[in-house]
Amino acid sequence: MEPLSNKRKVLEHKPLNFWERLYLPAIAQGLSITMKHFFRKPVTISYPEQRREYSENFRGMHSLKRDEEGRERCTACGLCALSCPAEAITMIAAERQKGEENLYREEKYAAVYEINMLRCIFCGLCEEACPKEAIYLDGDHVPADYLRKDFIYGKDKLVEAPLNQ
Amino acid sequence: MGLADIIIKFILVVIIFAISLLIALYSTYAERKVAAFFQDRIGPNRAGPFGILQPFADGAKMFLKEEIIPTNANAFLFIAGPSLSILTACIGSAVIPWGQTLTIGTHVIDLQVTDINVGVLYILGVVSLGVYGVMIGGWASNNKYSLLGAIRAASQNISYELSMGLSIIALLMVTGTLSLRQIAEQQHGFWANGYFTWNFFKQPLGFLLFIVCAFAETNRTPFDLPECETELVGGYHTEYSSMKLGFYLFSEYINMFISSAVMATLYFGGYNFPFMDLIGPGNLVVILGIVALFAKIFFFIFFFMWVRWTIPRFRYDQLMDLGWKGLIPLAIANIIITGVVITFLN
Repeated sequence: MEPLSNKRKVLEHKPLNFWERLYLPAIAQGLSITMKHFFRKPVTISYPEQRREYSENFRGMHSLKRDEEGRERCTACGLCALSCPAEAITMIAAERQKGEENLYREEKYAAVYEINMLRCIFCGLCEEACPKEAIYLDGDHVPADYLRKDFIYGKDKLVEAPLNQ
Repeated sequence: MGLADIIIKFILVVIIFAISLLIALYSTYAERKVAAFFQDRIGPNRAGPFGILQPFADGAKMFLKEEIIPTNANAFLFIAGPSLSILTACIGSAVIPWGQTLTIGTHVIDLQVTDINVGVLYILGVVSLGVYGVMIGGWASNNKYSLLGAIRAASQNISYELSMGLSIIALLMVTGTLSLRQIAEQQHGFWANGYFTWNFFKQPLGFLLFIVCAFAETNRTPFDLPECETELVGGYHTEYSSMKLGFYLFSEYINMFISSAVMATLYFGGYNFPFMDLIGPGNLVVILGIVALFAKIFFFIFFFMWVRWTIPRFRYDQLMDLGWKGLIPLAIANIIITGVVITFLN
């Protein structure tokens, strides 16, 4: 058959000659190769102490943002939950009461906002869908845990720390 | 032999036993570290500085694991297997001369547990006993993988003991004695009467055969067929758990230590080192000799590991091929050549 590329290599299956059957030259060659590696710098990155540099558009854990006055931006419109292909986001909306204007930016806010981190695929569609620029996947890795229920993150873990604190 | 001598001997035995165990313990750590360096990694580094407490953590883990004796296993032999394995591994160190005689006050301490006049034969005997532990354990497990591993170990050890014995015969023709102490003394210094004193330079082929057989006897790569993971799960120790497994793994490392010591003593001058006569007699040269012996031993242990992380495993027919068609004819040829050379030199 005509070769399709120039990468084709015909292997010869000759019987081993005397030196090859002795194994020793090949073993010495192998030992010298491993010895070279012995003195080579390890490629290991000791993870918790050292970190590999991430890409600028790395998508990690979600955070719910606050505006410049420290009010929660989320208005519980549900577009993020709608856009989520993994159906990881649920929320319960509530009406802003009088005297809560310093807490919530819009008249409606999310009383409960939960993301199931085991379902989330970190695609970033929620941050694209959000009309209020309220959710961003700009956090770290989601840490490991023991129980499935502990991977459902509520507002306590998602909302940004308040300003001036 | 006075009471003091008996006490001194007892202390010596305990020290040697402790050192063999300590070296075996740290061989496991060294194995992992060396493997890591050969593979451009760091290796265990979390338990203590540079991970030096790792072997103790591993040991504690081994002790705390659940002990399982399979229902259909022969319980007595199942326990006897690893016990015998570690026993035969430990008693090999009895005839190795660790140094010349130390003089403390009026006491002259012989740094060898016992200088029997058939030391080399004793070593061979202990080595061939070692296969019983593997064989009994593998058979008593009542598991086909264990049995296959045990059979492999037995046939491999028998095949390679032959060429090991034959390579030692050529060495004995040169030394004329079976006592390890005398063999070590004959290699005094490094250079005498216009030639090297170390037996390696008199028996290079014999040494090569011996080290290949030592790899096979200690079940190390490339001859680790008795426990090859890919074919036999774990080989003869498939059914073992807890410290009984630890004993098997441990005895492998002690065997490695002892065979390194034997190789250093038989072929590389034991506790002798170049220019030792310049320092003159005294305790200093004795201690330096012990250091030299251990340096040689550590080099051989490193070499065992170096080979392990370089060479892939032999196929079983290749192993038998090499043993019976390669090493034994070579060993016999070595004996003939040695005999002819000795005859012409005299």
